[in-house]
Amino acid sequence: MSAASAAVSSEAGQVPVASRGYWSNVLRRLARDKVAMACLAVLVLILLAAIFAPLIAPGDPYRGSIIRRLRPIGTEGYPLGTDELGRDMLTRLIYGGRLSLFMGIVPVLNAFLIGTFLGVVAGYVGGKTNMAIMRTIDVFYAFPSVLLAIAISGALGAGIFNSIVSLTVVFIPPIARVAESVTTQVRNLDFVDAARASGAGALTIIRVHILGNVLGPVFVYATGLVSVSMILASGLSFLGLGTKPPEAEWGLMLNTLRTAIYVQPAVAALPGAMIFVTSICFNLFSDGLRSAMDVKL
Amino acid sequence: MLEYLLKRILYAVPIALGVSLVCFLLVHIAPGDPLVSVLPADASQEMQEQLRAAYGFDKPLPVQFGLWIWRALGGDLGFSIATGRPVAAEVWRAIGNTFMLAVFAAAFGFLVGAFLGFVAGYYRGTWVDRASSALAVAGISLPHYWLGMVLVIIFSVQLNWLPATGAGPGGSADWEWDWQHMRHLILPALTMSVIPLGIVARSVRALVSDILSQEFVDALRAKGLSERGIFLHILKNAAPTGLAVMGLQLGYLLGGSILIETVFAWPGSGFLLGNAILQRDLPLLQGNILVLAMFFVTLNLLVDLVQTWLDPRIKRG
Repeated sequence: MSAASAAVSSEAGQVPVASRGYWSNVLRRLARDKVAMACLAVLVLILLAAIFAPLIAPGDPYRGSIIRRLRPIGTEGYPLGTDELGRDMLTRLIYGGRLSLFMGIVPVLNAFLIGTFLGVVAGYVGGKTNMAIMRTIDVFYAFPSVLLAIAISGALGAGIFNSIVSLTVVFIPPIARVAESVTTQVRNLDFVDAARASGAGALTIIRVHILGNVLGPVFVYATGLVSVSMILASGLSFLGLGTKPPEAEWGLMLNTLRTAIYVQPAVAALPGAMIFVTSICFNLFSDGLRSAMDVKL
Repeated sequence: MLEYLLKRILYAVPIALGVSLVCFLLVHIAPGDPLVSVLPADASQEMQEQLRAAYGFDKPLPVQFGLWIWRALGGDLGFSIATGRPVAAEVWRAIGNTFMLAVFAAAFGFLVGAFLGFVAGYYRGTWVDRASSALAVAGISLPHYWLGMVLVIIFSVQLNWLPATGAGPGGSADWEWDWQHMRHLILPALTMSVIPLGIVARSVRALVSDILSQEFVDALRAKGLSERGIFLHILKNAAPTGLAVMGLQLGYLLGGSILIETVFAWPGSGFLLGNAILQRDLPLLQGNILVLAMFFVTLNLLVDLVQTWLDPRIKRG
């Protein structure tokens, strides 16, 4: 990407007024988008809280108390109440962000790397390689995403690692499709022909020209998948397929608190509210990024 | 046209084969001996040998796959470990309930979603647009299993208007078209409808605002056509893509109903799948997923065919 923008700015250098460059324009547009910035602030706050959980959380996420179970919101010493085992909800919600964010981001990151690789290879090489890669991807695309995640997780068994594997498999096909279609478009443009004619090798063309154009749209697309990944990962935990007790994770907390809806409905609903807030912020930020980068998918 | 139809149908065959291969391999990626995972834990040596021979687990994988497909085509999806009953019968009994839930959810979600999307696209940039777009984003960001819980808290626990779980009074699984049964459908269907609602609203908004910015709309206005006439033109142009989005969403609802059915203990295929996961009943898991995935493949094919029929310019490869 840096190579492509460097090429742009060296071209622009010949014009009397130096252009700002693509990325600084994108950042400027993004900074003016109030909704996207507010969402980014919330996300950074949740992320920082998760990272520094041991420093800011008021209690121990695992220490329960038989006599202090299911206290309401606003109890002294337990501002957000306690869960079904008497553990402090505020502490567990702060700690829960660690696993929930991790499970939202890591599968998408994995799929971003693998899917972009597959898509670019399929799009650039074309022919039989394209057929082989894209038809295989079509097969995985032919499953509803929830079903595929549950099928793989259900077969592999519960656990964080297995959930990450299954969610990665779910997100590779859509990302590879986007990467393949952008690569195919770019490959046939004049400047790629010019690069080839002036002696650039396949790897150089992919690195400089293809990736420079593919990574942006694919990245924007991938940011939109993070919220899906978080909801799916929490859903897997909710079904008993993701994290295992006594781990603090929003989906699992929602599951174990289900029996408490008759006693402390507000406390039982809290973990889901956290998932909702985080996922809506990811979605709105992704929308803002999309329009700032002027990507049409 | 006929050639295209045949090509599209033929193209679905390898996809269906690939999908069944993935389902077949599910039992093999599971940790442990596949034979052990399709047998009850207390199976005798004799029973193991019998099954090994019957299922061909001693044969090479491709042969096993062939045998498995052949049996599946004949309606034999193996036996559930937990109940010992044939998987095909169990899935068949449950899928009707899922279908009913998905159709009601889709009908409501599509209507409201299309309306919101249309209004937002038509009054682009106004507060109406912002409000309905905000609603759409909220719809796609909601963890729907949580929404289900919240609705249960409000309508079952607090107000005591609607039942929290099951598909009929006393947990009966036999459906009847009366109010006693219908009230069990309301909360799960409403929860489920939120997923397509957001996505349909977003797609329809994009479609309508795209069509409105085309020149032919200005031409129609200049010609003096009424707003109603223009509305019909927009509808006609948005229909093929809009219907395709809706068709796919219906498929996602059928295949993705597991979380909602778990929350509401709705006796559909998703609930069955949830039980299969809890009991590590792999034959039931595999058979259930195969049937749901095949439904989705067929629905995809139908959507493509209908879309081409509505708009012959679209001929997807």
